[in-house]
Amino acid sequence: MAVDLNTRTETPRSTGRTRRRGGLLPEGSTYVAIGIALVGVGLTLGPILYLILGGFRTQGDLAANPTGLPDPFMWQNYWDILSKPMFWRQLLNSTLVAVATTAGVVLFGTMAAYPLARYSFKAREFIFVIFTTGLMFPLTVAVLPLYLLLRDMGISGLWGLVIPQIAFGLPVTIIILRPFLAALPKELEEASFMDGISRIGFFWRMLLPLARPAMVTVGVLAFIGSWNAYLLPLLLLTGDPSGMTLPLGVTTFQGQHSAATTMIMAYTSLAMLPALVFFLLMERRIVDGLTGAVKG
Amino acid sequence: MTALEASGRSTVPAVDAQASAAGPRPVTPATDHPRRDTVRKWAEIALFVGPALVLFLTFVVYPVVSAARFSLYKWNGVSQFSDAEFIGFENYARALFGGTDPATQEAFVTAYSEPFWQALSHNFAIIFLSMAVQLPIALLVALTLNRKFRGRAFTRVVIFAPYVLSEVIAGIMWLIIFDPNGIATEFMQSIGLDSPAGGWLEDPTWGFWTVFFIITWKYVGLAIILFLAGLSGVSEDLQEAAAIDGASWWQIQWRINIPLIGPTIRIWAFLSIIGSIQLFDMVWVLNRGGTAGQYSTIASYMMEIGFFRADWGYGSAIAVIMFILSFVIALAYMATILRRDNAHPRKAR
Repeated sequence: MAVDLNTRTETPRSTGRTRRRGGLLPEGSTYVAIGIALVGVGLTLGPILYLILGGFRTQGDLAANPTGLPDPFMWQNYWDILSKPMFWRQLLNSTLVAVATTAGVVLFGTMAAYPLARYSFKAREFIFVIFTTGLMFPLTVAVLPLYLLLRDMGISGLWGLVIPQIAFGLPVTIIILRPFLAALPKELEEASFMDGISRIGFFWRMLLPLARPAMVTVGVLAFIGSWNAYLLPLLLLTGDPSGMTLPLGVTTFQGQHSAATTMIMAYTSLAMLPALVFFLLMERRIVDGLTGAVKG
Repeated sequence: MTALEASGRSTVPAVDAQASAAGPRPVTPATDHPRRDTVRKWAEIALFVGPALVLFLTFVVYPVVSAARFSLYKWNGVSQFSDAEFIGFENYARALFGGTDPATQEAFVTAYSEPFWQALSHNFAIIFLSMAVQLPIALLVALTLNRKFRGRAFTRVVIFAPYVLSEVIAGIMWLIIFDPNGIATEFMQSIGLDSPAGGWLEDPTWGFWTVFFIITWKYVGLAIILFLAGLSGVSEDLQEAAAIDGASWWQIQWRINIPLIGPTIRIWAFLSIIGSIQLFDMVWVLNRGGTAGQYSTIASYMMEIGFFRADWGYGSAIAVIMFILSFVIALAYMATILRRDNAHPRKAR
């Protein structure tokens, strides 16, 4: 590596498109970086590709020839799943729950973060601390009593997922949004109030549009959390598979077709794809959200 | 995710908020009725904060408090709670020390405390191994990828993908791969190595390591992405100055980059520790923590015994122990390791 460094410093790259100035900075070998990148990509994508390809296999082919390409290459598994309503119902359920959760978290979270960031009143810090303690209460700790509470309140089905998920998503949302809202210049308010806009009007007309980037970030985090949720559906959505969300649907399907591995592979691949595409498109937002949450 | 802000960092935004909301000139809508203004202000605050607060208190705080109450009772979750028998700290005693069955006078150790300590030891092993294995891997990958090369953006996205995949899907995928007759066994045979006789997950010793491998696959991407984000904030001037002084690539990483992303590393470690204590979804999908609990965690043990064996009082006691554990560890970590970062919060940015 050291040898490579020397040649690099002596021959400054002239591409000009690089962020780094000249070739001043020893960067380690590009080959090492590409090598590590290839290993990382292979270890990540390998199992996923194996799963997707497995969906195109026959059961016999999977046993006889697991490493090669599917032979015969058949669409039957995927077609069987896609031509029946079950998968689509579960996809719809997951989407509805995730959208409703995201909307609730973002709406209620922004509403709560607004006074906590921009009003001055006595109990403000106290209320904020109450919300932040929520980070100490993971769903796992609360899930058994929560199940009973929902049962006693008569909240069942998908609403039984949405409402607690909103509640559990609020702390992170408020913690991310509050400093963001507080950082907006206070001249905005002064100018708006001089123009006769009320605080509520200011919230709707000024704050919401300005807070959009931060709201998208917390929204994406809430959406992922909801889409992947397993523990709460496991307790609440028992019985009819057509009322389940995708993660639970996948485990149920796996239990019912335990002999048909390639069918399970196809079902799992299909359940993975929409989310994977969405998340990869939103990668920037997710990373911003996570690093934002980490750095406060 | 950011429990540290709960106490440690909450002062930072608070100062910002103070400055903007209660600055030198009070910022309020112009009216001539100060008294009516106060009522109006509180009504607005209630309107904005109310829904979130009600949801939060009802569906987060109340269940947690209930768990603490249930943990003092012997209750199956089906009968009326008012009929449940109050047994004080008996549930805790069973988990921690065993205790004896009042009917048969037989020790409860095998039924209660052994699986509890087994599960807890797995949580701590995962915490330790995350620091010993995942941290070096993630640092190495992040430091090498922190440079321009063709395909960098693609690599970042792909390496991050497992983290956003649901635990269920990743779990079932690995179940199929680690099937005793699956491709992992095939692969080991093809390179002339033995695979575990009892099966990758079923084997008493291999099971845990297989699960740790899967956990690493799933979560190491987060560390890499966080470290890369931290590295992008390290000033190039410093690195260039060091390079001019003749520092090698390794010296720059070791003396400049790694210390400067120290805050990010410490926060990742914090998230990792808390996540390891509460680990549930993945181990549950992988055959409920193992056929003999060979990779159970306290969360999976809690669900197994509390919900599926209908011992709600005992399950709640496990939940409370888990909460106290993460709370104490979080506080200790914040008071010791994160304290110096919080003293200079701007440096972390």
